[in-house]
Amino acid sequence: MRIYRLLLHLYPASFRADYGEEMAAIFRVRLRDAGRAARVALWIAALREVIVNAPAVHWDILKQDLRFTARTLGRARGFALTAIMVTALGVGANTAAFSVADFVLFRSLAFPDPDRLVRLCEGPRTGGGWGCMNQLSPANFRDLKAMSTSFDDIGAFGNDAVNLVGGGEPRRLASARVAPEVFAILGVPPALGRALQAGDEDTGAVVIGHGLWQSAFGGDAGVLGRTISLNGGPYTIVGVMPPTFYFPSRESQLWTVLRLRQDDFEDRANNFIEAVGRLKHGVAFEQARTELEVLAARLARDYPATNAETGVSVFRMRDNMSPRFRVMLTALGGATLCLLLLTCANLANLLLARAAARERELAVRAALGAGEERLVRQLITESVILTLAGGAAGVALAAASVPFFSSLVPPTLPIATQPGVDARVLGLAALFTALTAVGFGLFPAVRAARRTGFDALRDSARAGGGRKQRVRAVLVTVEVAMSVILLITSGLLIRAVWRVQAIDPGFTPASVLTLKTALPRPKYDSPVRRNEFYQRVLTGVRALPGVQSAGFTSGLPMVVTGLITGVEIPGEEVRNYRTNGVSHRWVTPQYFRSMGIPLLRGRDLDDGDTGDRAWVAVVSASFVDRFWPGQDPIGKTFRHRDATRTVVGVVGNVKVRGLERTSEPQMYLPAPQIPEAQPAQFDPKDLVIRHAGQSAALVSAVRQIIRAADPEQPISNVRTLEEVLAGETASRRAQLHVLGVLAVVAVLLAGVGIYGLLAYTVSQRSQEIGVRLALGAEPSRVGRMIFADGMRLALLGIVPGVLAAYAAGRAMSALLFGIAPGDPATFAAGVGVALLMTLAGSLVPALRAVRVTPMSVLRAE
Amino acid sequence: MHSANTDAESLLPLPSATFHILVALADEDRHGYAVIKDVAARTDGALRLSPGTLYRSIERMLEQGLIRETSSRPAKDMDDERRRYYRITPFGRAVAMAEARRLAQMLALARASGLAPRKA
Repeated sequence: MRIYRLLLHLYPASFRADYGEEMAAIFRVRLRDAGRAARVALWIAALREVIVNAPAVHWDILKQDLRFTARTLGRARGFALTAIMVTALGVGANTAAFSVADFVLFRSLAFPDPDRLVRLCEGPRTGGGWGCMNQLSPANFRDLKAMSTSFDDIGAFGNDAVNLVGGGEPRRLASARVAPEVFAILGVPPALGRALQAGDEDTGAVVIGHGLWQSAFGGDAGVLGRTISLNGGPYTIVGVMPPTFYFPSRESQLWTVLRLRQDDFEDRANNFIEAVGRLKHGVAFEQARTELEVLAARLARDYPATNAETGVSVFRMRDNMSPRFRVMLTALGGATLCLLLLTCANLANLLLARAAARERELAVRAALGAGEERLVRQLITESVILTLAGGAAGVALAAASVPFFSSLVPPTLPIATQPGVDARVLGLAALFTALTAVGFGLFPAVRAARRTGFDALRDSARAGGGRKQRVRAVLVTVEVAMSVILLITSGLLIRAVWRVQAIDPGFTPASVLTLKTALPRPKYDSPVRRNEFYQRVLTGVRALPGVQSAGFTSGLPMVVTGLITGVEIPGEEVRNYRTNGVSHRWVTPQYFRSMGIPLLRGRDLDDGDTGDRAWVAVVSASFVDRFWPGQDPIGKTFRHRDATRTVVGVVGNVKVRGLERTSEPQMYLPAPQIPEAQPAQFDPKDLVIRHAGQSAALVSAVRQIIRAADPEQPISNVRTLEEVLAGETASRRAQLHVLGVLAVVAVLLAGVGIYGLLAYTVSQRSQEIGVRLALGAEPSRVGRMIFADGMRLALLGIVPGVLAAYAAGRAMSALLFGIAPGDPATFAAGVGVALLMTLAGSLVPALRAVRVTPMSVLRAE
Repeated sequence: MHSANTDAESLLPLPSATFHILVALADEDRHGYAVIKDVAARTDGALRLSPGTLYRSIERMLEQGLIRETSSRPAKDMDDERRRYYRITPFGRAVAMAEARRLAQMLALARASGLAPRKA
């Protein structure tokens, strides 16, 4: 019989309480009447019966509770909507933030066994920095590859960009040249056809990415074997990679074979390739790094002229991103967790308030025979329904907001711009919903049901239930603390962004249009031909209405951060160009005017600076400071790539490397004076146009001019210089926007929390207030009393909030760009806003308290 | 807790256990075990309701207002103190009759097409 009673526990407690005894009695009678053999059958039947009926009874009750919930929530629509929205905010913000963080920081890359993939570059011997510090020279790469024992294989590759002609507009595509073994190292099979392999070196084989396959070839399976024109040369498509294949970065859309000629190996300072390797099974990353560092030291000993300062930079493929992103995402995760805590507190407060309001209803139901279990169950159903609805809305919110996070995904990682909504994301959402539901939906439900019974019936509105008030007060202080943390940390980040934006980039970005049109080799091998093209385009563009000036450069600052070279100053010993490099650009006349880079001394480059005249250069003020401090640089000479140049002008410094980094001194050389056989990467290709008026009309006119000069020339990266500059602070601003929104929401929620609690207090204490007023208390004193209550709550939250904000500020000092984590102005502003919010939240309840009249209270009794 | 829905037709067709319980309660108030025994007797032992099915049905029928628990007890000597007695409500009677009508119509249809014998 005891076993049977245990079985009955599968039924809901309320059902068991009603019918358990009778069911047990019936079973006992049957057991008594049955013979030995029949007893076994009886037990089996009983077991089967419980298994079928118990879930059915649960389901019946659930249906009943759901109907009841729909009815009660339908009556309390405002409450239901608020609760759902609050939950959606907490769940949505956290799901979005943690999906992005998981995507960037933890999720495996889309390669087989991705943890064994390692990138290899050159770097300073002293180490430091992240990612690929300097590219490799083929000779150093060859030696490292031959000597190292940690890898299954290492393959070289180089980033490239090609002009694709055929099939619509000519276009400029980011691509990579890869050694044939690279595809084998990565291990991703092509979606169609084959990957590049040994023997492809001289065949003109090309593998294209899924995106290009879709956009240029309409996803046609017959694309294999088709011939396309890249930089004017014929290539045959041999394979299509799957959509998740990104290498070396997100932008690369096609892959050709990297061919290294004999003379590429001659100069160890000629570094232009990178490498990817696959660690042998059982070889740890640190082990491989140590080995490579030893090998680099050996090369430095053997080739001191070029390698004395050269080390390696080795990093996991997964880690190819600025550490700033990690801090940013961590900060964001912290912020959304704050919001989750806040929304939970708010939700708990809402539910407690509602439970308080329903106390009498629950008590009546309990008195009419509903058991505690049944009431708890009903309340839990209500909480669960609310949080589930909130969770679903949260997923929608997360899906909608994830795109705003895409600038927090480092462009250097071989992953998509944003995570898709998949099982992992939904799992996260479910987790956050469950956290909300369990922590803050169930707790008030259980609490409320416990309090039913006679206490509640006996209590009229007179006694406010002191304990519950305290719980709610604690919840409100938590809300205040969270909002203070969010306010102060976003304030610190706002200050940091302001500081970064206040940095002078060295040029004037307003009203400048830029676009890229790179001349392909070998078609434009001849410098004369290239200069003809520049002349035709510039003459045409300068004649357009509204155009003030136009010029070409090898690379826009902040977009092209490299192009670092070395110069020799007569009379000084040779300086190592790795530590003493200068940034250089080949430009046409009017480049400085178009960019708004001020000419400080001497003259601009002009049409007279041709290849057959004296070779000249314009340098930046920082260049002068480094090589001729305190001297007049005009007329000074230096050597660059075996040519002597004379300085004819000095211009202002430009933040070539970006606003937040130190930039090398700059040097500008006239485009017609490019040495023969210089690789195409130095060619002027970015067109800069300063104009008055709308840039939209300008673009099509410029397109026509370029097409007239060469109909096969692609035009890409059309944007204003302001957009280029904005790109510098995009990830900061994205994070700030998110954090800012979170802070605003936090303040609103906390304000509502304070308001709700005080309003409740006033309604509970209205009788006491009425008595006080009747005994002659000043109404203003009563108002002040309510205000004081609000302020006490606020201060209890502000103090821990300020402390936590300071700790958070220190943790993210890497993002603060020199703003102190304890910046007094920011803290004052944050606390000020919190106090204002408290004032606003207490205003209405205080007014209501002042308006209480003794008569109204007595009437209510 | 009365069901908001008092339209007899909307509950049709009735689950067979529900119908049998209504039939068992049609002539007198009974407790649970008596219902089981009555149903078994009427069906010549063909339908033996299990306690779980019985009380689950009763719970739902109470909810729907087909039956109610009765406080008036039968004669003292027949009473069993611990047991709950159930009585059919007028609404329950209406629903049972509606169901019986429905079954009769079905049977007529079956007869008309020769799927059932002309007369029992």
